[in-house]
Amino acid sequence: MSRIVVVTSGKGGVGKTTTSAAFATGLALKGYKTAVIDFDVGLRNLDLIMGCERRVVYDFINVISGEANLKQALIKDKRSDNLFILPASQTRDKDALTQEGVERVLKDLTEDGFDFIVCDSPAGIERGAALAMYFADDAVIVTNPEVSSVRDSDRILGLLQSRTRKAERGESIREHLLITRYSPARVASGDMLAMEDILEILAVPLIGVIPESGSVLQASNSGVPVILDKESTAGQAYDDFVRRFLGETVPHRFLEVEKKGLFKRLFGG
Amino acid sequence: MGIFDYFRTSKPKTAQVAKERLQILIKHERIDRSGPDFLPQLRNDIMEVIRKYVQIDEKDVNVQLGRVNNYEVLELNITLPDRTAQ
Ligand SMILES: Nc1ncnc2c1ncn2[C@@H]1O[C@H](COP(=O)(O)OP(=O)(O)O)[C@@H](O)[C@H]1O
Ligand SMILES: [Mg+2]
Repeated sequence: MSRIVVVTSGKGGVGKTTTSAAFATGLALKGYKTAVIDFDVGLRNLDLIMGCERRVVYDFINVISGEANLKQALIKDKRSDNLFILPASQTRDKDALTQEGVERVLKDLTEDGFDFIVCDSPAGIERGAALAMYFADDAVIVTNPEVSSVRDSDRILGLLQSRTRKAERGESIREHLLITRYSPARVASGDMLAMEDILEILAVPLIGVIPESGSVLQASNSGVPVILDKESTAGQAYDDFVRRFLGETVPHRFLEVEKKGLFKRLFGG
Repeated sequence: MGIFDYFRTSKPKTAQVAKERLQILIKHERIDRSGPDFLPQLRNDIMEVIRKYVQIDEKDVNVQLGRVNNYEVLELNITLPDRTAQ
C-alpha cells in the first residue's frame, strides 16, 4: 500500500510547493519510490521548483480524462530513479478534477508499487484543496509564524477532521505541523510568534521547523529542491523533517539566534 | 506611578498580542465548527439583537451546545460591558 501524504495550509505562499518538492526528493533519496502530484490546476508550479518544466508533455487532468495514461504523464526525476512528478494542467479548469478521477490515479500509483504519494495542495479550501486532502493518510500542515497563516491552518485542521475519507470512516488522518519561514532573531525580539506559541494554539504534533533562508529562493531559481543544498540551514532542516517523518528521533535545530563567529571566539559562546 | 514602574510597563510585544488574539479567535471558530450548522448564524443574530441595546464585542458572546444527561443544552454566555465605564 502507498502512503498518501497531503501538504496543505489553507493560506497561499507559505511554502507548500517548496515543502512538497523537498519532501518528495528526500523520501526518494532515502530509497522510497515516490510520486509527487501538483493539485494546483491552472497554476502549475511544482514542475519549476523540481526543475522539470521543459519535460512536461501530459498532465494530471490528461490522465483523469483518459487523454493519456499515467506512464506517459509521469516525469522521471533526473536526479533520482525513485522519484516521479505528475504536473498539474496549466490550461484546464479546476472542474476537470473529479473525485473518481483522483481516486483512480492514486489507485494506479499504488498498484505500480509507489511507497509514498505526496499531494501538493493549492491554497484555499475549494475543490483542488479538498481533493488533495480527501484520500490522504497523513497531512503535513505548513504554517508560517504569522496570524493569518495560523488561523487558516486551524481551519484546514477542521476540514482534515471532517471532510476526508478517513474522517468519514471514523478514522483519523495523522497530522504533522511543519513551521516554515521561521526567523529566530525576530522571535527573540518579540515580533514573531514563537514555535511554542503556535504549538500551544494549534495543538498538533510538530514535525519540523524550517528557518527563513535565502537559499530557498536560490534553489527555486535553479530548479533544484532546497533539500539538495546540504550547506543551507533550510536544506538541513528539511532533511531532519524527512527523517522524523520516517520515524527517526532527530532534535530540532536552527531555533536559536546564531551567534556571531567573532563573538563566539572572543567569549567562547 | 514611580519612575521604575514606567520602565516596567512597556507596551506588550506584538507576538504576545498575536498569540492572545489567535487564542480567542480560534477558540470561537472551533466551537462554531463543532456544533450544528446554524450555530454561527444564531450567534450573529443574538449579537445583533443585543447590540440594539448595548454595545458588545464579538468575544463577549459565547454560544455552546452541550449535553446534560440525555438533553441537548444550548448554553448562552453574554458578558455585558461595565456600566460605570460607559
Ligand atoms: N524557508 C523559506 N525561506 C525563505 N523563503 C521561503 C521559504 N519557504 C518558502 N519560501 C518562499 O515563499 C514563496 C512561496 O513558496 P511556495 O512554496 O510557492 O508556497 P505555496 O506553495 O504555499 O504557495 C516562494 O517565493 C518561496 O521561495
Ligand atoms: Mg504551491
